[in-house]
Amino acid sequence: MSSPTPAQPLVHPVGSARLWWAALAVVGVLLLLTYLVAFDQGAVSRSGMFLHELMHDGRHLLGVPCH
Amino acid sequence: MPLTPAHNPPTFVTVLIRGLLAGLVAGLLAGGFGYLVGEPRIDAAIAIEEAATHTGPVADDHHAEDLVGRDGQRFGLFLATGLFGTAMGGLLATAYVLLRRRFPAADDGRSALLLAGGALLGVVLVPFGKYPANPPAVGNPDTIDQRTVAYLALVVLGLVAVWAGTLGYRSVRADAPPWQRYGAALGGFALVAGVGYVVLPSFQEVPDDFPATLLWNFRLASLGTQVVLWVAVGLLFSALMSRRTGGGPRPGDRAGEPLSGQGTPARP
Repeated sequence: MSSPTPAQPLVHPVGSARLWWAALAVVGVLLLLTYLVAFDQGAVSRSGMFLHELMHDGRHLLGVPCH
Repeated sequence: MPLTPAHNPPTFVTVLIRGLLAGLVAGLLAGGFGYLVGEPRIDAAIAIEEAATHTGPVADDHHAEDLVGRDGQRFGLFLATGLFGTAMGGLLATAYVLLRRRFPAADDGRSALLLAGGALLGVVLVPFGKYPANPPAVGNPDTIDQRTVAYLALVVLGLVAVWAGTLGYRSVRADAPPWQRYGAALGGFALVAGVGYVVLPSFQEVPDDFPATLLWNFRLASLGTQVVLWVAVGLLFSALMSRRTGGGPRPGDRAGEPLSGQGTPARP
């Protein structure tokens, strides 16, 4: 298994800890974004119910349980 | 296999950006579908909800307080689907990079499309079969926590079911008749999905007087919105993954994988 060049650190090889940490961080951020769209009621966004109400129609049409 | 500098494999970041872009565009397309097909149904359901609120002492001021007007919510639809699509595209790209390291793929465009198809099945179709989307005015606010947890559990089980299907497919020898491989895939998928359907609770919360045709049309619109999102993100991500980094598209050349090396011992 060849090692990656410094310019492309995130593709090879299997078991690369850096890739797993990067992937974990990305997944965490994206799940937080998903949470804000689909489930938050102001607890995380600190926007009161504003974002919740703003994205109300999208949440219904995306099939997420809502009130 | 050409290993010229022009065929350097993309980094995780470039694949991730492709997924995020595909997801953003797909989300906006899904928003357009939802705007055209879903909004009339939401308006009709809200009219029913408000009629009920004004005749009875129902304390659902969820919509009545008008924190965001209906026009704002129509705009918010695009914001929601755009952000949701972006997140899904990024998750799809991340899953692709991680899975691609384990499993060889002769054609990244095709594998990316297959992965998106699996996500559509696991994240949308499996949950929809038991917990279909509900319009405004349907659903008991007291059970929202249980319904949310059950829904998320079924999303996870849907993905596990797809995984079980691929395990079933791979458990049969490649030279076996196709019906055996696909039968095993279906068996693995149906086993997990079936267990989820039986074990998870059911919720019957549609009011008796809610119009059945409106419910049906809303659910179709919701399903359509989600299918548009996942089909679009799959096609766009696949298209972007079919492109060579630096080399442009190469029809017919399937030997040099963009994410070369992973899972294949062929690399010197």
